[in-house]
Amino acid sequence: MSGARFGSRIGSRVGSLIESRTELRVGSRVDEDERGVETAGMGREDAEEFRVTLDGVHLSFGERRVFDGLSVGFLRGKITVVLGGSGGGKSTLLRLIGGLQRPDEGSVRVAGEDLAQLSNRDLFRARDRIGMLFQGGALLDSMTLFENVALPLQEHTDLSPDDIAAEVTRRLDAVGLENTEDLFPRQLSGGMVRRAALARAVVTDPEIVLCDEPFSGLDPINVRRIENLMVELNRSLGITLILTSHHVQSAFRMADRFAFLVDGKAYTATPEAFRNSDHPAVVEFLEAESDDFVHPHAAATDGGASPG
Amino acid sequence: MRVQSIENLGFKVVNLVYHLGAMTLFGFQVLRATVTPKLRFRRLADEVFDVGVLSLAIVCASGAAVGAVLGLQSYLALVRFGAEESIGALVGLSMVRELGPVFTALLVTGRAGSAMTAEIASMKTTEQLDGLRMMSVDPIDFVISPKATAMFLVMPLLNALFISFALFGAYVVGTALLGIDGGSFLTSLETSVNFDEDIVGSFIKALVFGTMVGLLATYRGYTSEPTSAGVSAATTGTVVIASVSILLVDYIITALWGF
Repeated sequence: MSGARFGSRIGSRVGSLIESRTELRVGSRVDEDERGVETAGMGREDAEEFRVTLDGVHLSFGERRVFDGLSVGFLRGKITVVLGGSGGGKSTLLRLIGGLQRPDEGSVRVAGEDLAQLSNRDLFRARDRIGMLFQGGALLDSMTLFENVALPLQEHTDLSPDDIAAEVTRRLDAVGLENTEDLFPRQLSGGMVRRAALARAVVTDPEIVLCDEPFSGLDPINVRRIENLMVELNRSLGITLILTSHHVQSAFRMADRFAFLVDGKAYTATPEAFRNSDHPAVVEFLEAESDDFVHPHAAATDGGASPG
Repeated sequence: MRVQSIENLGFKVVNLVYHLGAMTLFGFQVLRATVTPKLRFRRLADEVFDVGVLSLAIVCASGAAVGAVLGLQSYLALVRFGAEESIGALVGLSMVRELGPVFTALLVTGRAGSAMTAEIASMKTTEQLDGLRMMSVDPIDFVISPKATAMFLVMPLLNALFISFALFGAYVVGTALLGIDGGSFLTSLETSVNFDEDIVGSFIKALVFGTMVGLLATYRGYTSEPTSAGVSAATTGTVVIASVSILLVDYIITALWGF
C-alpha cells in the first residue's frame, strides 16, 4: 500500500474506529437492500456486489478431497459467517481467499483479481487489500505487541516512526489494549492475543478481513468483545468480513450472510433463510449446536466458548 | 522382499534428488532476498548475536579442551622420536587445516543450527510465517535470510576463535605440564603454518560450512511439517544431515584443493 493512499484513508476517518453507521455506509457504497439467495453462485444477486468469488474450486490434499467444485461469493461490506463441521474446509477456504493455498482447479477472485493465476510476487502485492486474523493470533512471538502491530506499517508505508507509534497506540487502544505496547505475546491471555492480532490485521486498512475461528477457546466476555470489535469495523469502515466459526449463537448475532460448507460445496443464505433451511445437513448442524446450550444457565453461557 | 528394497532405494534416491533441487532453489531465493533491498541490518544483528555471541562460551571451552588433549597425545607420540618440540607444528597444522573448521561447524550446528530449525519450524506450526505472508512480508526475506546470513558471517569468526583457544590450550599443557620450552613451541608453530594455504584454506572451509549449515537449518525448518512431531523431526534432521555433510564436504574440499 502506498503512503499516499494510506494517508488519505487515515484522513477520511480521523478519530476512532467507532463512527456512525450511516455515514460510513455511504462511503463504502453498500447496498442496504438484502436480497436472499438460497444456494451458491451468483443467483439473483448483482455480480458487482461480490468482492470475493470462488468458482469451480477443486482442491485435494493427497487422497483427501476438500473442495469438489466449490462456488461461493462474498458480498462487499457484509459480514459472512462460514459454518460447517470440523474438517469441512473452513480454514482452507480462508487460506484460498488469502492466497496461502492455491486451488488445484478453478478461480479465486479477490477484488477482481484471480489469485490462482498470480505469481508469488504478485500475490504479495494482492494481499495488501486483505487482512487475516489467525486462530492462534500468529503474532510474532519474538517481538513485542508494538513491534507486531507496527510491522505492516513499517513495511508498506512511508510514515515516520512518530506517526507509526501514534497509529499503533491508537489501534491498540481501539481494541482495549492500553499500555500493552511493550508486552510480548506470551505474556497475554488468549483473548488479548486475539484482539492484538485483530489490531494488526486491520492496521493498514484492508478492505477484506478474514478471521479464522476468532472465538474458539475464549470466555463469553471476550467473545462479545471481539464480536463487537468486528461489527464496529464492518459498520464503520465498510470492511468485508469473512469469518469461520462453529459458534452458532454469535454467528446469528453478527452475520449478514451465511455460507455453509458441506461435502466440498458451499451454500449461502441470509440468516432467516439459513435458520429455516430444510437442507438436511443444515438442520442437523443447527440442532446439534443448540443442544449444547440446553441447560439451566443458558443465559449466562450465551456467547460462551465455542463447543467442540 | 527384494523388489520392496529396490523400491525403497529408488524412493530414497528420488527423495534425495528432490530435496537437493528444492534446496538449491531455496538457496537462490535466500540469496536474492539477501542482496536486494530492503536490507534488514537490525534483524541480521539480532541473529548474529544469537548465533555468534551465544556460541562463544561453548566454542572457547571446546577449543581449549581439544587443543589441550591434542597437545598431550601428540607429546606421547612425538617424545618417542625426541621430536616433542614439534608439538606446536602438529597441533597448529591439524587445528588450522582440519579440526578447527570441522569442530566449529559441528558445535555451531548443535548449538545454533538446531535452534534455528526449531524456531522456524515452530513459527510455521503457529502460523507466524503465514501471518507474515498475509502482511505482504516474505518470510524468506524477513526470517530466513537474516538467519542464513548470520551463520555465513559468524562461522569463520568462531573458527578463528576456536583455533586460537586450541593453540592456547596446547601451549599451556605443553609448557606448564610437559616442560616444553615455550619459545620452541611457538617457533615450530610459526614456521610450519603458513598464511596463504593453511589460514586461507581454513577460512574458506569455515565459509563453506557456514553457508551449508545456514541453508540446511533454515530449509529444514521452512519445509517442516506444521506439527510438534514435525518440529522435532526437522531439528533432529538438521543436526544429523548437517553433521554428516560437514564431514563429507570437508573431505571433498581437502581432496580437491589440498587445504
